[in-house]
Amino acid sequence: MKYVLMFVETEQFAKELQAMGELERDAAFEAVGRWFAEHADKITHHTHLAPVHTATTMRLQGDSEPVITDGPFVEGKEVVSGFAEIEVADLDEALKIARSWPACPVMEIRPAS
Amino acid sequence: MVNEPVSHEVLARVVREHAGRLAASLVSLLGDFSAAEDLVQDAIEAALQRWPVEGVPDLPDAWLFTVARRRGLDVLRRESNYRAKLAQLQWPVPPRPDERLRLIFTCCHPALSRSAQIALTLRVVCGLSTAQIAAGFVVPETTVAQRITRAKKKIAEAGIPYRVPTPEDLPGRLREVLAVIYLLFNEGYLSSTAERAQARDLVDDAEWLAALLAGLAPDEPEVIGLLALIRLHRARGAARFDTGGRLVLLPDQDRSLWDHEAIQAASALLVRAARRHHRPGPYQVQAAIVACHAEAQRWEDTDWAQIVVLYDMLLYLAPSPVTRLHRAIALQYVKGPEAAMNELKDLADALKHYPLLHATHAELLRALGRPQEAWEADERALKLTANPAQQALLEERLSWP
Repeated sequence: MKYVLMFVETEQFAKELQAMGELERDAAFEAVGRWFAEHADKITHHTHLAPVHTATTMRLQGDSEPVITDGPFVEGKEVVSGFAEIEVADLDEALKIARSWPACPVMEIRPAS
Repeated sequence: MVNEPVSHEVLARVVREHAGRLAASLVSLLGDFSAAEDLVQDAIEAALQRWPVEGVPDLPDAWLFTVARRRGLDVLRRESNYRAKLAQLQWPVPPRPDERLRLIFTCCHPALSRSAQIALTLRVVCGLSTAQIAAGFVVPETTVAQRITRAKKKIAEAGIPYRVPTPEDLPGRLREVLAVIYLLFNEGYLSSTAERAQARDLVDDAEWLAALLAGLAPDEPEVIGLLALIRLHRARGAARFDTGGRLVLLPDQDRSLWDHEAIQAASALLVRAARRHHRPGPYQVQAAIVACHAEAQRWEDTDWAQIVVLYDMLLYLAPSPVTRLHRAIALQYVKGPEAAMNELKDLADALKHYPLLHATHAELLRALGRPQEAWEADERALKLTANPAQQALLEERLSWP
């Protein structure tokens, strides 16, 4: 089955990342790189999103002109920061991969087609 | 055929013994949890209608199997591949190992909500109908039906597997299953709803599930701990309510009404598991606490010092404010009401909506000779509980001069 892992960043996590020294941050990025390498055979695709302040939202409303606004479509303390698409047997296997994720603290796992 | 009137208990027991097995083998066969479950449920509905009239057949499992198979060939007309599989099946089916463990783990998968886990386990593993589950939890039947439909959909669409978890996942997943059984037991033992004080069937189902799990996973001492805990509570059931249906507190219970044989057997079970595995856990410790109470000949004989030690152990294994409250209750018999009162101070915030906190407070205040404050605390407790037996008890205390 195909699943998409949505990486969710929290304010707290962003602050922690900010507070890190260069060495510490390098180590954190390295851990993420290792995770992708370790699961390379299951990961079919992945995307890292630019920070949420770069987001633009468009609301399409039938015949009238779409409304374009600055920012994400839901304002929240938790924002999706990236995706990885994986191909595994079942939810338990997806959860196992998700469990070893070394960075942001929340993950949504959804079947995809 | 035995053509005697079939009691409700016998019917429930026979269905429970066979429904889960049938579900387990049909899920394996069809590879489709939802479709298999529908067939079993249809067969159970048919049994519940016909067995009270016709008697329980000699081979209830064969009967259920035949109905489910016929129903499957009928309903799954479009699913030619399921039909082919069912058509090849004949009774008796080749014996297979008991697969209900897989069934239990799927029903209690952490990706399902707790209420869905409970409803699904009762229906699929215990063979309860939607109506019976609804009655057990005093919720509308449509709510239960919806929970089950959603859960089955999630199992299929989210890819929740039908298998026993890997050894590394097992401890966490087992905790999930035990939590479901424990909740079921608690709901039956002291119902939180206003409709009735006790729901005996749920306690029955919880004990049966724990025993089943103990048989299927014999190397897990926490399963034995939960089973012993349930049995120790049940063994004292006859003394918990007076003839008027009012709750009788432990000090006032008539201990000659306790089932002392069952208490001994459950204690022995617990001791054996503890000695064999040396892996203490919260359920084993809770059972040990209940065993301490159950083995005391009289209220005055209770080994409170031992009970406080066990609560300390429980707090180490599974810290929780409710456990701290219970430790404080035990502590008053070792160090006096003043010491217990001090313990309650830190809990006031975390448990402000918990009736037992206020009722305990009232008891301690009475022991300390502060009746007016005790009365106020009892009144707070009364406002917070929906259980009729607890309400009656508190109302009586409030009427004391």
